[in-house]
Amino acid sequence: MSSAMDWTAIVADPRFQALQRRKARFLWGLMAISLLYYFALPVGAAYYQNLFKMQVWGVINVGLLFALSEFVVAWLIAFYYSRVANRDFDRLAAEIVADFAPQEGG
Amino acid sequence: MKNLHPLFGWFAAASLPLLVPFAAHAEDVTPANYRWLTFAVFAAVILMTMYITYLAAKKVRSAADFYTAGGGISGLQNGWAIAGDYLSAASFLGIAGLISQYGYDGFMYSVGWLVAYITVLLLIAEPCRNIGKYTLADILAYRNDPTKARVVGALSVITVSTFYLTAQMVGGGVLVKTLIGIDYEVSVVAVGILMLGYVLFGGMVATTWVQIIKAVLLVIASLLIVMLVWTPYGFSLPAFMADIVGDPKVQSQVAKLLGDPAKTMTAAELGQRFLEPGLYLKAPIDQISLGLALVFGTAGMPHILMRFFTVRTAQAARKSVVWAMAIIGGFYLMTLFLGFGAAHLVGPAVIAGVDPGGNMAGPLLAQFIGGGPQSLWGNFMLAFVSAVAFATIVAVVAGLVLAAASAMAHDLWVGVVRRGENVPAQEQVAAARVATVFVGAMAIAIGVAAKGQNVASLVALAFAVAASANFPCVLLTLYWKRCNTHGIVAGMVIGTVTAVGLTLVSPNLTYPKLVRAAAHKVLDSASAKRAAIEAAIASHDAVLMANVTRDTVALDKAVKKANDDLKKVEGKETSFMGLEKPVIELKNPGIISIPLGFLAVILFSLWRRDKRAEAMWDEVVARQVTGMRVSKPAHY
Repeated sequence: MSSAMDWTAIVADPRFQALQRRKARFLWGLMAISLLYYFALPVGAAYYQNLFKMQVWGVINVGLLFALSEFVVAWLIAFYYSRVANRDFDRLAAEIVADFAPQEGG
Repeated sequence: MKNLHPLFGWFAAASLPLLVPFAAHAEDVTPANYRWLTFAVFAAVILMTMYITYLAAKKVRSAADFYTAGGGISGLQNGWAIAGDYLSAASFLGIAGLISQYGYDGFMYSVGWLVAYITVLLLIAEPCRNIGKYTLADILAYRNDPTKARVVGALSVITVSTFYLTAQMVGGGVLVKTLIGIDYEVSVVAVGILMLGYVLFGGMVATTWVQIIKAVLLVIASLLIVMLVWTPYGFSLPAFMADIVGDPKVQSQVAKLLGDPAKTMTAAELGQRFLEPGLYLKAPIDQISLGLALVFGTAGMPHILMRFFTVRTAQAARKSVVWAMAIIGGFYLMTLFLGFGAAHLVGPAVIAGVDPGGNMAGPLLAQFIGGGPQSLWGNFMLAFVSAVAFATIVAVVAGLVLAAASAMAHDLWVGVVRRGENVPAQEQVAAARVATVFVGAMAIAIGVAAKGQNVASLVALAFAVAASANFPCVLLTLYWKRCNTHGIVAGMVIGTVTAVGLTLVSPNLTYPKLVRAAAHKVLDSASAKRAAIEAAIASHDAVLMANVTRDTVALDKAVKKANDDLKKVEGKETSFMGLEKPVIELKNPGIISIPLGFLAVILFSLWRRDKRAEAMWDEVVARQVTGMRVSKPAHY
């Protein structure tokens, strides 16, 4: 590689390792939540039909509300992730990058 | 590029006569006296996209311009373009149609298409932006053996794109034929030539703008219809739903779907059943398998991944997914009203009468809500929705062709054959254009050849291959230190082969013996049913008489279908694969092939080591975590 960056030094930096750990925990955690919530829908529709059929808002039943909530939850996860990434991850990453490669803006 | 403009003139001149058949043969849904309107709206949409292509063509000078619009697309623009790339005719018309026919299950089906973007947002979009340049194989080639990674990556991209492309071309041909009554072959060629024009002359710049325009038009059309449908209820969801449940057309649709068990149910119970699961999706394992293919497959779709190379930074990639999720999710929420509204106002039986798959629910609802088949506004709405559907097919096909062409030109020609060493910019662009023409011609040929084939399962197969081959390879090369060339090659091959193989022995194919048995069963019971109808007529009983016409029509239809089916399988004993019956009952292979794809990457990576992959890990992880991107095209 012709790149002038010292990648090993970046990766060895304690700040980098802290950011990497934090991002991994955060991302995989959110991923797991979203998968569990999503697959609860087909599982519920198949095995908890009596619950899904319960009418709670006029003719609207639990199943319909649950399907609608999937949209809200997906949007909330996206919103939450981008908030944390914009606020924390980008700033922490920029600090590390600035120390190692002042010429490359990131 | 000076010689481009005369050529572009030829393209424009060649495309315009394609509009004539729209006006000449329009007969199906649009009444004859309103053909001019359909013609005008189509012409407006096509001319607008062609003008943009003309502007874009001036900007395409380098390979980077052609593949990624020079990285000059903003996050917001890219969000709209992703939505335009992703919302195919299948989701635009198909899901509204499913809801109009099967109620709840159709809506439930739409959820996975949005949730898929969580995977893209959290795990894929930003690191791909940082590590790739033009193609999916760029990401794989970064730390693995470049030649091997490019060959398997490109082959997989071409496989996925071809499956998806075939489904789009055939579906699009049928759709345009039904909407405006032109011949299937003409509509396939029209879609193909327009798409080819956009991609060939305007590259990613034009493709992006065609996708943005299409997404904006799609949202406007849907919003307009939703407003008109929902306003009478004061925007109350329970009031709207109460009308659906209380509709006799909906109730008789549920009775038809349920068969005998419906006889003991009251009308209110039948209506309510429309809002409950189980009318369409019967086997939970199939749904979960399809769900897995969607939520992981989208993140491995080459035409979606490619969109992240058109923005400059990881932040812009992030922003574009969030926008895309807002647009795509908002659109699927609107299909709730389109689908249920069509069931209530048009009626499931009428919709299925025009197109058995229910695809015409949205267009028919638009016509109804505008004032009906004999009104100016009704036909304007129909023409508008039809034009948007046409633009949808063209935009999605353009994205797919660009992805397949980039795999051929950038990965196979420039990367593998020419070893990526000092390939002049002109040659790169020329290779991209040649590949585009090749893929485009292939798409048209396949579209014409596959006339009349049932291609619905090809979309699911495309997602299954993307989820089983592309996704494990991309994910693990980005996040797992030990991942290497051996794992990538094995994962691509095993993921693709198991996904395709399992589909080939699944119930998705036609099994002549089973078809024949089912047809004979219908024909054998027909005489008993005929006798029952005759008895009803003879009885002069008002209650029994009421259903005579409907039952006769239904019976005649069933008998005709059974006879058609028998004719289709005449002289055949086994499926395309030489099987008498499916080996597995699973309709979507995802639940088996996705874990196998992951397992292959992991085991083969652990089995043999690869020094380069490990040496490059620090760089990959540093770029992945910090968002530093590859700025120079240095790696082959």
